[in-house]
Amino acid sequence: MNPAQKTIGDVLLKVENISLSFGGVKALTNISFEIREHEILAIIGPNGAGKSSMLNCINGFYHPQEGTITFKGQPRKQMRPHEAAKQGIARTFQNIALFKGMSTLDNIMTGRLLKMKSGLLSSAIYKGPAEKEQIEHREFCERIIDFLEIEAIRKVPVGRLPYGLQKRVELGRALAAEPTLLLLDEPMAGMNLEEKQDMCRFILDVNDEFGTTICLIEHDMGVVMDISDRIVVLDYGRKIGDGLPDEIKRNQAVIDAYLGVQH
Amino acid sequence: MFYRESGQFKTSYRADQAIFTIPQDRIFFALFMLMAYVGVPLIASDYLYTALIIPFLCLSLAALGLNILTGYCGQLSLGTGAFMGVGAVSAWNLAYRIPDLNILVVFILAGLITAAVGMFFGLPSMRIKGFYLAVATLAAQFFLPWLFVKWGWLTNHNSSGVITAPQLELFGWVINTPMEKYLFALSIVALLALAAKNLVRSNPGRQWMAIRDMDIAAEIIGIRPMVAKLSAFAVSSFYVGVAGALYLFVYLGSTEPDGFNINLSFQTLFMIIIGGLGSILGSFLGAFFILLLPIFLTRVPPMLGFEFSTALVSHLEFMVFGALIVFFLIVEPHGLARLWQIAKEKLRIWPFPY
Repeated sequence: MNPAQKTIGDVLLKVENISLSFGGVKALTNISFEIREHEILAIIGPNGAGKSSMLNCINGFYHPQEGTITFKGQPRKQMRPHEAAKQGIARTFQNIALFKGMSTLDNIMTGRLLKMKSGLLSSAIYKGPAEKEQIEHREFCERIIDFLEIEAIRKVPVGRLPYGLQKRVELGRALAAEPTLLLLDEPMAGMNLEEKQDMCRFILDVNDEFGTTICLIEHDMGVVMDISDRIVVLDYGRKIGDGLPDEIKRNQAVIDAYLGVQH
Repeated sequence: MFYRESGQFKTSYRADQAIFTIPQDRIFFALFMLMAYVGVPLIASDYLYTALIIPFLCLSLAALGLNILTGYCGQLSLGTGAFMGVGAVSAWNLAYRIPDLNILVVFILAGLITAAVGMFFGLPSMRIKGFYLAVATLAAQFFLPWLFVKWGWLTNHNSSGVITAPQLELFGWVINTPMEKYLFALSIVALLALAAKNLVRSNPGRQWMAIRDMDIAAEIIGIRPMVAKLSAFAVSSFYVGVAGALYLFVYLGSTEPDGFNINLSFQTLFMIIIGGLGSILGSFLGAFFILLLPIFLTRVPPMLGFEFSTALVSHLEFMVFGALIVFFLIVEPHGLARLWQIAKEKLRIWPFPY
């Protein structure tokens, strides 16, 4: 894809001076960056740099002690994860967090629960509005299944699926909510080359077709440099770099963090 | 050979989302229900109704309720017996204090009262999980029967503390004989089982299962854990409450309210573990197994010509029963429902190996 064709919009999410600590351990120190509409932003950094903690702050799972996060122009301090979900933030996990006892289809349908209205009574009766709703949303979920090429495993309990497919189902579940911001925590960890290529293609397509803004954490530098529009680099809970892939490649602080410094 | 779905194409999501997607299943189930409504009344004796079939229906409804909470939502509960007691006592009070109330309304209200009580005792689930929650629900199991005895108003200050179910009557139909009671209970259980199936295959069920399988991910998807857990407690307790009301009105006739003790809780818990956690069918299979096996064990040795003393028989019963439970849990931890599913999958390709 030619990056010139892509129009990156205004700031969608703004992180300002975030600090997070667990007891005496400082996980994040004074971090600020922005995610703009329709871009793919990568957060990279060595192990334990605070990347996952950063995502956990964004979707309300951790509550940073200092700093503000502004999403769609609305600042927020404390937010529960389900409220973040309601605002349009979806995510996948580093260690797959699928609902293992449910089928692929059910997992994706569960991802769409926010859009569904039927309550206890109408669901218990089922015939009528609840059934209509189920069918309506099934159609949308089938489009996602189609898009991710997982038609064959629709009815298979996800606990039985191989790792690569589980990652794909998890992406599907996140997409089902039609998020404005999609957080991907190491979507390609533990995959072989082909699986990585597939996943890259899906991420780029999601970004392109649905216009979803994506913020991802990834360790594979080749992938990161290829697909991301901008990169934020963390090390020991501090931001040490922020810029276009080419700038990051030449950034001395980043090179030091990854390769070490001679003393 | 006959159980095969090849060549059966579904052309709409409606058909694909049906409860029984395969015609053979539909036919089998229709025959089964026909058997239950017509066949059983033709052949069953009064003894069979009162000793086996009616308690089976009541307890399978209780097991179904517990399965919604424990099997589908993953919240372990040891308070089923007490919640059945709440259902029975409140149904008795409603029927006694408002004599003209339709029996169905009595049952529904009793279920709703139990749902409220269940939600209250489900509040600790916001904070604690697993075995710790089981201990918290144990509090309900000890508190509620104590309350039934101590609060005289609940049993209308009856000196013996016994509550006796009134005459059942539904739209002029006086439900008297065991067969009529059976048909009445069967209809309620069938209807509620259908509603449960509908619940677990649509939004509420997915919420519960999401909480069960991965509560953190569920919350990040936008499910509110409090709503999901409390609704599971409410629906589950509703079922258990109706089961308790049925247990008193249709099966026991009269009881002391502290009879709804922890044994009943354990019995229902065993039913769903043996039958299959997270399966509607499993609740019924488990209830069938737990109720039928003791009877089977006491009856079979004499039939085979072994004459044991009654004491020995009852001890043997415990031993064999315990051994069978262990055996089933080792062979198939997912219960009888899973065995049934495996059998169906095998049947699809039979007689070919693959």
